[in-house]
Amino acid sequence: MTDTTTSGPMLSADGVPLKTSLARALRRQKLRALILIAPLLAFVVLTFVVPIGSMLFRSVENQIVSGTLPKTIEALETWEGQDGTLPDQEVFQALFFDMFRAAEAKEHTKLGSRLNYERTGFSSVFRTTGRSLDDIGEPFQDWLEDADPAFAEGLTWYEIFSGTGGEDLIEERRAIWANMVGEGFAGDIGFTLSGEMAQLLPQTAAAYSDWAIYTAIVEDDVVAEEDPWEAVYAALALDLARDGAASALAAYSGAGAAPIANALAALPSLPEIDFRAAFIAENDGWGDTGNWQTLKIYSPDYTAGYFLNAIDMEKGLDGATARPESQQIYVKLFIRTMIMSLIITGSCILLGYPVAWLLANLPVRSANVLMILVLLPFWTSLLVRTSAWKVLLQQQGVINDILVWLGFVDDANRLILMNNSTGTIIAMTHILLPFMILPLYSVMKTIPPSYLRAAKSLGATNWTAFWRVYFPQSIPGIGAGSILVFILAIGYYITPEIVGGTDGVFISNRIAHHISSSLNWGLAAALGSILLVLVLALYWLYDRIVGIDNVKLGG
Amino acid sequence: MFDTAKDAFVAFEHVQKSYDGETLVVKDLNLQIGQGEFLTMLGPSGSGKTTCLMMLAGFETATHGEILLQGRPINNIPPHKRGIGMVFQNYALFPHMSVAENLAFPLEVRGMGKSERETKIKRALDMVQMGDFGGRRPAQLSGGQQQRIALARALVFEPELVLMDEPLGALDKQLREHMQFEITNLAHQLGITTVYVTHDQTEALTMSDRVAVFDDGRIQQLDPPDVLYEQPQNSFVAQFIGENNTLSGVVTQISGDRCLVKLDSGDEIDARPVNVSAVGDRTTVSIRPERVEMDKRRLSPDAHTLKGEVLEFIYMGDIFRTRLRVAGSDDFIIKTRNAPDQQRLTPGTQIEIGWLPDDCRALDA
Amino acid sequence: MKLSKTLLATSAIGVAAAGLAYAGGHMASGTFTFVSWGGAYQASQTNAYTVPYTENNPDVEIVWDESSNEAVAKLRAMNEAGNLTWDLVDVVAADALRLCDEGLAMEIDPDEMLAPAPDGTPASEDFGDLLVGDCFIPQIVYSTTFGYRTDMVPAGVEPPNDICDVFDLETYPGMRSLESRPINNMEWALMCDGVAKEDIYDVLATEAGQEQALAKLDTIRDSVIWWNAGADTPQLLADGEVFIGSTYNGRLFSAIVEQNQPIGMMWDAQVFDLDGWIIPTGLPEDRLARVMDFVYFATDTQRLADQAAYISYGPARLSSAPLVGTHAELGIEMAPHMPTDPANATNSILYNFEFWADYRDDIDAKFQAWLAQ
Repeated sequence: MTDTTTSGPMLSADGVPLKTSLARALRRQKLRALILIAPLLAFVVLTFVVPIGSMLFRSVENQIVSGTLPKTIEALETWEGQDGTLPDQEVFQALFFDMFRAAEAKEHTKLGSRLNYERTGFSSVFRTTGRSLDDIGEPFQDWLEDADPAFAEGLTWYEIFSGTGGEDLIEERRAIWANMVGEGFAGDIGFTLSGEMAQLLPQTAAAYSDWAIYTAIVEDDVVAEEDPWEAVYAALALDLARDGAASALAAYSGAGAAPIANALAALPSLPEIDFRAAFIAENDGWGDTGNWQTLKIYSPDYTAGYFLNAIDMEKGLDGATARPESQQIYVKLFIRTMIMSLIITGSCILLGYPVAWLLANLPVRSANVLMILVLLPFWTSLLVRTSAWKVLLQQQGVINDILVWLGFVDDANRLILMNNSTGTIIAMTHILLPFMILPLYSVMKTIPPSYLRAAKSLGATNWTAFWRVYFPQSIPGIGAGSILVFILAIGYYITPEIVGGTDGVFISNRIAHHISSSLNWGLAAALGSILLVLVLALYWLYDRIVGIDNVKLGG
Repeated sequence: MFDTAKDAFVAFEHVQKSYDGETLVVKDLNLQIGQGEFLTMLGPSGSGKTTCLMMLAGFETATHGEILLQGRPINNIPPHKRGIGMVFQNYALFPHMSVAENLAFPLEVRGMGKSERETKIKRALDMVQMGDFGGRRPAQLSGGQQQRIALARALVFEPELVLMDEPLGALDKQLREHMQFEITNLAHQLGITTVYVTHDQTEALTMSDRVAVFDDGRIQQLDPPDVLYEQPQNSFVAQFIGENNTLSGVVTQISGDRCLVKLDSGDEIDARPVNVSAVGDRTTVSIRPERVEMDKRRLSPDAHTLKGEVLEFIYMGDIFRTRLRVAGSDDFIIKTRNAPDQQRLTPGTQIEIGWLPDDCRALDA
Repeated sequence: MKLSKTLLATSAIGVAAAGLAYAGGHMASGTFTFVSWGGAYQASQTNAYTVPYTENNPDVEIVWDESSNEAVAKLRAMNEAGNLTWDLVDVVAADALRLCDEGLAMEIDPDEMLAPAPDGTPASEDFGDLLVGDCFIPQIVYSTTFGYRTDMVPAGVEPPNDICDVFDLETYPGMRSLESRPINNMEWALMCDGVAKEDIYDVLATEAGQEQALAKLDTIRDSVIWWNAGADTPQLLADGEVFIGSTYNGRLFSAIVEQNQPIGMMWDAQVFDLDGWIIPTGLPEDRLARVMDFVYFATDTQRLADQAAYISYGPARLSSAPLVGTHAELGIEMAPHMPTDPANATNSILYNFEFWADYRDDIDAKFQAWLAQ
């Protein structure tokens, strides 16, 4: 025995602090336990944490705008936009080069689809502009080739821009490509940029680098053998027409000095450079300040736009505002989903309670038969069950036929039991009933009959005995069943879709629509996240009111 | 004891009960319980005692016959109107209510006012020495405490009849003995009539005014504890109550309160005929272990004796327990008081034993 | 652009060669996964395309995946996961356009990749305007039109023969079934609210026009069951749940001709739409080559005409029309049941793909908000 009267940590027999040796002794056990749960842990992470994380991320992610049009967004920063003026030429010029790059990679239509969610028409603006970018660059190509036919040769360009010292620019352009396409753009491109040219002809060097990276990495061609894009010609025209370009280039005597001098000499015949007019001519959407405002509003890498949209608001230059009433739908659907789910939960309690009570109190043999009847719906496909309800509920359906035959309902005024919220409530109550009955049953099974007897022996009537003694003890089952049913209900969409008509559909139906039909996954993710938060909030509320330890799935 | 069933506080008249329509769980039960009496229904499980209790409480209906409470037939009165207090085996304290709320329950359903309720609850809790526990939940109490609360709840509305269904079954031995004492005391103090069901004969003997021994749906014997112990009317009762040595044989002589039994081993012994009627009847004789005599001097000279071989000697503190082989039986037990002069027998010793003929009862075979 | 074009060109040459030498059936082998709509339509594709194709290419196995209605989402998910399991996907033209915009469908060059007409007309001319977008290979023209219960037409009234009869609750009382999306419904509503056919899309592009269309739909709103699946309306008609309802003409054909239901066709203001193939982007070269070989075969003049023997949808090639024969089982002439038959197409609308690509999200949101009111 170690002397435990000495001060300091308690030591074990071999002099190691007791805590350390305890930890060591337990470590193996912990490790073994961890290995045992590792598959489950991995499963939970993969199927639960990762999807939810990715959903939350997608609901705010907006990198596509700045990734596709990085320089345009930069140039737009100084544009205020509220006064109704269009952005200046510099922005359009940046747009031309960004769009050209994006169109080559077929990324521009993706951005068009993305922005079309925010403002109608963007989709075709981007699609049609993408097709005609070559036309905007072509006059400059013609002009340069007229000035010196050497510009028609890819090799001329290659010789002018080859050199050393321009590595930084190349890397910058690589990063732009990688940002846009989302794949690695590393690797040798068979071309190194001249630092001198990056100084003298900055726009052209950038455009040429873009082209060179694309040619070498995407197309797998040799840079020296290919002709550059029209955008590169346009860039050179821009560079040459810049103030002071002529004097700076006068001293240049490297490769291609002669064609460049010829081009400089031809400057007077250079076509007018007006990208703004050119863009507007291709698609008048570019002349719409509203479009530009949308582009600016949605330029940050992360946006609250999807969430605003999900609560019937929209983002403007001056902050968020409510959408026009004719477009408000999601808040209404959220509320409806909650209310209908509560109604469904309530009717599940009303219908399930007596059944569960019977199950718990009948002799084993009859209880088993009843249990099979309860479970039977579980073994039938959801679609089949829901379709069966259609046959029962429709106006010429079984229920109406019987009611008419019995004379309860006039043939001309058959009940409308489906394609409305009634249909959704009836069908979903049926489908979710087992989720209420099973926890109720397993809780009721643990309530001994002696409680009721005790209550009666103490003078309580059957009803008082039930209400004061039995019912309170079955509340944990009601709680568990309600949580199950409610959470399942708010996520349902197949059943409401089939029998819900217009006023029986849930928010999940819109989520499904945005996932599979409109492809607006950001909005779907935002709606899903709100739904998740609502569920968590209700769970919290439930915990505060009823207490979550008051929930039992079984004895 | 009672002239008619109407005089009794509780009466069962030719009561029968069947659950399945094929077999009778209770067969022609006749029983009268007097006011203020503590009556125990004792018997092995399945003997029908609990069914009787449940019929009295109103949770089961008699298939045939009548149950009377204070002379009134109660067959058609629902349980909650019978005004009978009941203590259940698992106490059946309502887990979602505090102790005080549990006690308030029977008063509330009777529409009693708040202040009156509180007085009664306090009195009932004090009565079981649980005055400070009103605010607790049943789950926060020990078994013994729960038992007291269950008792208090059964008594708080001042019923004249209290039924107890094996209320002490879940307690440990010491607590059980203590509670036995408390319950009888309370019952007598309050003057209430108590019907107590148990399968524990010690409990039955120590607590009751009278014990009804149930077996096979019938009352085998209904007597005060001492009579039951000392004068069992049949071999079932003899076996069931207390420890007992049995030997079987044939009656060879009967004269008045004496008979001669020839055991299967050939030995002859004296006995008191209880349940035998004629010479030649087979019988089981029963002798309590503490009535077996080893000292010949205490027996009459003409008394028959048997030879026994000591097989085992067990020291039990207050008594010695000796197991013998007697007349072909290997589990003949003798109990002797641990007195200074008492001999401690060693296995293998041959001894001679006998008894007073009154202590040896010739019962049914 | 250039990458895909070169790639296309090289493989197209290979495919063209394979197509010419196709009788030998030497080129393709392995397993294809084709995506289609299931049901009668997929059966018609099997009969007209894949059965003859596999006869000539016995080592090809074709697996069908009935996922066309969610093809757009699934293709996007596959693309994000980097795991493309589909080789050829049957979608409607609007979805093809969307997939093309999303970069999920491969651009095609019809003249290089598709067979010319028997008379040598290049594919681009033979398909003509039906080549919507850059990625779509049309197969059939179908239409969304109306069917009505012949036995529920009020006595003494002509059966409905005008789109505006759908909006006329007085003459034709009873429930209607319409698709729960704005496309088609908005056009019909405007047409019946006095907007000239050629102005529909100009009007619909404005807020006021959209409100006008919804206001017109409001007049019949309480008598409408909104459907989500093409099978809904034929079922609702068969059950007598509705008097008149819109759906695809092929579904009505099978209810009327194959199942002998008391249903009549109303071709007025039918909306032509297209269905066809897209090839997903990112197929490895060998799989792409196999798919191109199949597409070259399956979209030639005869194959498209053959399909019409199994389903009443019009072939997308001009040159196929004269080859349309009789129903494969019933033996009836199929031409009069084609939406493109001149007698049926006196007043028709062609789905405006460009318009709806832009306005779909916006008008859909308004439409759904209107529905939810």
